[in-house]
Amino acid sequence: MARAVKTRTRIGYSIAAWTVALIIFFPILYTVITSFKSEQEAIAGFDLIPSLTLESYKAVQTQNDYFRPFVNSVILALGSTVLALIVAIPAAWAMAFSPTKRTKDILMWMLSTKMMPAVAVLVPIYLIFLRTGLMDTRTGLVIILMLMNLPIVIWMLYTYFREIPGEILEAARMDGASLRDEIVHVLTPMAIPGIASTMLLNVILAWNEAFWTIQLTTTNAAPLSAFIASFSSPQGLFWAKLSAASTMAIAPILIMGWFSQKQLVRGLTFGAVK
Amino acid sequence: MATRQTQSLARLMRAPAIILLLIWMLVPLGMTLYYSFLNYNLLNPTGTSWAGWFNYRYFYTDPAFFEAVGNTLVLVLGVLTITVVLGTAIAMLIDKPIFGQGIVRILIISPFFVMPPVAALIWKNMIMHPSYGVFADLAKFFGQAPIDWFAQYPLTSIIIIVAWQWLPFATLILLTALQSLDGEQMEAAEMDGAGAVSRFIHLTLPHLARAMTVVILIQTIFLLGIYAEILVTTNGGPGNASTNLTYLIYRAARLNFDIGGAAAGGIIAVILANFVAIFLMRAVGRNLD
Repeated sequence: MARAVKTRTRIGYSIAAWTVALIIFFPILYTVITSFKSEQEAIAGFDLIPSLTLESYKAVQTQNDYFRPFVNSVILALGSTVLALIVAIPAAWAMAFSPTKRTKDILMWMLSTKMMPAVAVLVPIYLIFLRTGLMDTRTGLVIILMLMNLPIVIWMLYTYFREIPGEILEAARMDGASLRDEIVHVLTPMAIPGIASTMLLNVILAWNEAFWTIQLTTTNAAPLSAFIASFSSPQGLFWAKLSAASTMAIAPILIMGWFSQKQLVRGLTFGAVK
Repeated sequence: MATRQTQSLARLMRAPAIILLLIWMLVPLGMTLYYSFLNYNLLNPTGTSWAGWFNYRYFYTDPAFFEAVGNTLVLVLGVLTITVVLGTAIAMLIDKPIFGQGIVRILIISPFFVMPPVAALIWKNMIMHPSYGVFADLAKFFGQAPIDWFAQYPLTSIIIIVAWQWLPFATLILLTALQSLDGEQMEAAEMDGAGAVSRFIHLTLPHLARAMTVVILIQTIFLLGIYAEILVTTNGGPGNASTNLTYLIYRAARLNFDIGGAAAGGIIAVILANFVAIFLMRAVGRNLD
């Protein structure tokens, strides 16, 4: 008897949860469906069954040269992440394993740089970019995105590195391991999962960044976020095409995101919620 | 000896990150502060001159400024209310034993990974469009007149879009916190005859308080900077009805080429963000020890 009631409540909860989930997911689902419709179908009223045409995907490539912003997005997201890791890994390593009295203050100060509103430095960054020829270059944007996410990267790495037991290091030192051995044979294998998680979250953040990419690019270096924003004006009514471009822009990161739920909580709350 | 060597090496390893962040923080902010005291317009060929407090006074006496600050507050508070209330409800729902929990979670967190311009365009064209959107289809189905969302309720429309983007974040954080709730304590309370409401108020809510604080503070930091959603939907209009502080400063800098004015606005934005930052730093700092 008790068991039957339990199953019934479970079904009730499941129906409620699935309804909520489908409502929340609906705009994304509908975009994917619309991307497989023709333009006429797309504005013909509510319809969940597309004709499965690929014409919008082809049109986005031939008319808008979709490939270039896509490549730019990949380069910017990966470039800024790798650069941030190169700077952040030694810093986080040093703070986790050789902490000083000021380490906590340094970490808090780094976090505080993340609180600075981007728009507050729009004017100087814009002018610097104009004068140095960095405007609309991938180099310039990689640097900005790297600096923007550096505090989060250091913080995340720091919280991961701190979980590596210090005794292992001591034991290695006792056994006469050199600093190089220590890093290559002891720390690296233990640090790799944390580094991978950090990388994943940072790629997502850099891919979706839409303030600086819109401000500092026009055509050459524009990644998908800036490219899609340009759809807001006259082309806005080509919905199937917009849907195809949107689907391609969010699909890779959506899939990565599904695998990064835990890292997301950790990275974006700076370890405050685990 | 070894420790001293390690210490100096550690300093060397920290240095690049610290120096980069120091430059990133001080140089642009210093320039913004400097520009905020200049008469400096990119369209004005006569160059720049000292303006004193003029830019600040100009910003301060401009009705658009107050409208923008008001809109910023409404936007932040509206999104926070929706995401925290719904986020708590949804987190509690999917924390229950349900079929296909993994997939439900994936569906619910998905909007967070949609880049802002895409999210805004999807809602603008596919959902809220007055003649072809899903809302319009629904309205027609029930025999109602469709609403022209962005013309009639511009700020509300943007709040809905942004809340959709941030609801997954709130849900995910609150769910993580819920999962560390002591099940035995809950059962004991239930045995003692505590009803669902009183269990929620006396056990769940206090347990979630910290996670809620974190959600509110972190979201506020990001919500103060909402930009792309406004750019691709309403452009801040009609009039200034959906212009927030970020968008107002963007417009001064990029569309009016008023470097001095935009810089003064930027400094005001920094001061506002700092209020929030101080609270967030305390919440995070407590966790460091």
